[in-house]
Amino acid sequence: MSEMYRAGEHPDLPPPVETSGVRRWLRANLFSSVLSSLTTLVLAGFILWILKSALIWGMLEADFFGASFRDCASAGACWAVASARFPQYWFGFFYPSAQYWRPLLAFALLSVAVAPWLSESIKYRRELKIFSLFYPLIALLLLYGGAGLAIVETDRWGGFLLTLVIGVVGIVASLPIGILLALGRRSEMPVVRTLCVVFIEIVRGVPLITVLFTASVLLPLFLPDGMSFNKLLRVLIMVSLFASAYMAEIVRGGLAAIPPGQEEAARAMGLGYWQTMGLIVLPQALRIVIPGIVSSFIGLFKDTSLVAIVGLYDLLGLTQAILKETGWMGVKIEAYVFIGAIFWICCFSMSRYAKHLEEKLKRGHV
Amino acid sequence: MKMRLVLSFVRPGAKPDPTFADAHCAGPGSNLAISYGLQHLGPGPAQQRFTPQRIRGDDEKKSNFIHMPLSLSTLWTDKKKRSLLIQTAVIVALVLFAWTVISNTATNLEKRGIASGIGFLSQPAGFDIVQTLVPWEMSMSHGRVLLIGILNTLLVSVLGIIAATIIGVLMGIARLSDNWLLAKLAATYVEVLRNLPLLLQVYFWYGLTLMWPKVRDSFDIGGVIFVNNRGIELPVPQFQDGAGIVLGALLAAMIGAGLFWHLAGRSAEREERPLPRGLICAGLVIGVPLLAALAQGFPWTWDVPVRKGFNYRGGLSVLPSLVALWFALSTYTACYIAEAVRSGIQSVSRGQHEAALSLGLKPSWTMRLIILPQALRVIVPQLISQYLNLVKNSSLAVAIGYPEIMSVFAGTSLSQTGQAIEIILITMVFYLTVSLTISFFMNIYNRRVALRGEAGQ
Repeated sequence: MSEMYRAGEHPDLPPPVETSGVRRWLRANLFSSVLSSLTTLVLAGFILWILKSALIWGMLEADFFGASFRDCASAGACWAVASARFPQYWFGFFYPSAQYWRPLLAFALLSVAVAPWLSESIKYRRELKIFSLFYPLIALLLLYGGAGLAIVETDRWGGFLLTLVIGVVGIVASLPIGILLALGRRSEMPVVRTLCVVFIEIVRGVPLITVLFTASVLLPLFLPDGMSFNKLLRVLIMVSLFASAYMAEIVRGGLAAIPPGQEEAARAMGLGYWQTMGLIVLPQALRIVIPGIVSSFIGLFKDTSLVAIVGLYDLLGLTQAILKETGWMGVKIEAYVFIGAIFWICCFSMSRYAKHLEEKLKRGHV
Repeated sequence: MKMRLVLSFVRPGAKPDPTFADAHCAGPGSNLAISYGLQHLGPGPAQQRFTPQRIRGDDEKKSNFIHMPLSLSTLWTDKKKRSLLIQTAVIVALVLFAWTVISNTATNLEKRGIASGIGFLSQPAGFDIVQTLVPWEMSMSHGRVLLIGILNTLLVSVLGIIAATIIGVLMGIARLSDNWLLAKLAATYVEVLRNLPLLLQVYFWYGLTLMWPKVRDSFDIGGVIFVNNRGIELPVPQFQDGAGIVLGALLAAMIGAGLFWHLAGRSAEREERPLPRGLICAGLVIGVPLLAALAQGFPWTWDVPVRKGFNYRGGLSVLPSLVALWFALSTYTACYIAEAVRSGIQSVSRGQHEAALSLGLKPSWTMRLIILPQALRVIVPQLISQYLNLVKNSSLAVAIGYPEIMSVFAGTSLSQTGQAIEIILITMVFYLTVSLTISFFMNIYNRRVALRGEAGQ
């Protein structure tokens, strides 16, 4: 051995060709065996074909503007269905166009209100949190009106605005109810515990659509004679109750992850039940379940589209209504692709965010 | 002078506690009475204070008191009493709430002239249903509508579960593939479909089926299957004498294969070169009925759909709404199943894989004997809860008119009879029954695969 080693400095040799570089990567990931190479070729052909068809249909041979499907003369997609009604997809058929700035401002303020809860590194976190407590009032004032702003009745709300309102109200209202249900489910009082379990299991056992039917058909029957509430409010109540059962299970997961020593120590310090829960257990448990809450919000956001079935004009309900018009016969696919893109961008970015949070939690420093 | 108000249960006739400044005993003739009064808390001998211990004492006169005085001041600080109080309040609130709702409903129903009860289930329905698994006529009852709705829900659910499992498992494995393109494609599939509302997907696929050609220009697949905007026309076998024997042979072969699989599985653990179980079982299940069919001279004919004017006659017509709903449900649920499969396989630590390989197990055996049994522990519960979601999501059929329970019973029957409460309750009970049944089996499975000795985690 020793005679083969020459003293002195040696130049660094380049790594062997087969362990780095594009060729190595291709060999390892796309052409590692005959079967793998075959799969790669077939899939590549398939993907290219799809991309080519999509490009031709959606861009090269598509019409982008027009007043009805008759203006779409080419063979490709008819994006006029999206462009002709563009603002309505966001605010609904009847939201007065002079007031569009109000929902826009509400959207913008929503992101300000949500930021301090989702990010720990943000500046003025405390002040923003206080702002977010007042946000529901501000949003109501902006969207509905009052205090000098013209009133816009809720049956004029629609499109993405309505989707967002139902999703956000559902998740925000379901959080406190869900926390109470989760605490109730762990309660030592048999009556309270049974009640919570029964509520949670029943709600989780039935589809949302039956709950929405209840909102639109049964709720008016349950109310005293002569009292009625607005359809949106009924749907909001039922959606919140529905979401709270799922929220309760998410929070329960968080509560279960807190070591019992925390609760015992708090009790030993002389804290009462609500102090123990509110100051010691819940802040830790809720921090763990933020990714779960975000996922639950994604689910709810997707599920809001079901209100189309009970006759509200959310993004999907509005699209269905447009497609029933004589001017837009047979352009279904384009309209669905358009609103699908809106839904997808929202849901995908939120799911990425939830995943990012989860990874941060796993590393242990949120 | 410090005093406090004390309430306590006493036997009638008992003399009031002497420490009470002003005590009354009420309710003669009953077994219990409530004594209330003001109790001195001022200076004086400690034993004269009104405390539970003192009342529990063996003094004859004092033992007339039941040992827990219902003192207002301890009502909130004593844990037992507080929990009793809260629970009573909850029950009272619940009863009041229920009573209000029921009385409101009764008034409203009376005003609208709707009779309650399930009598409507036997009334004739008087509308047509486009797809029924059991015979249907318009003169049949709403009860029959319910049955048809349930069967159609179960049909699309079972079809969906089968397809979703196949697609989902394939996609889950594809996501873990060594082939980068395949893994990315599967990931794209999952990310695209998972982040779109299911209802939108249902409408999308239904919109596509409506773009299928008219009956006149049906797609012709081999002259036996036809696709048009009224649905997919499939040939159905017409069984003749002797088909029973083939069916019996198939059943017998399946039972035999199951037994063989079980028995051979036991000996496989001991033998060096075990029998190829899968191959033998597949041979049994395919071969035996095939032989029986040969011996009987293939005792069936195919009823092939034939176009007569504007419609196809014969064969089996599958509704476009069923195709769209089935496709949407299975592709959507498959995303979640794929994620379950992937996370399950990834949850088995790498060491298990390496250890198995280093012991000399073949890769296929490593998967089957080491990875899968551990991964299934994670996969199966998620899989079952996805099945549950699929059944619940099948209610979206109401949007495209596939006649399942939500659309035909909670939709058409409800609007015809106006029996909203009964119908929605029955529908919810149906979904709850399915959910509870499925979770019952899931709990059994979870208990069976639970790791022993790990504190039920």
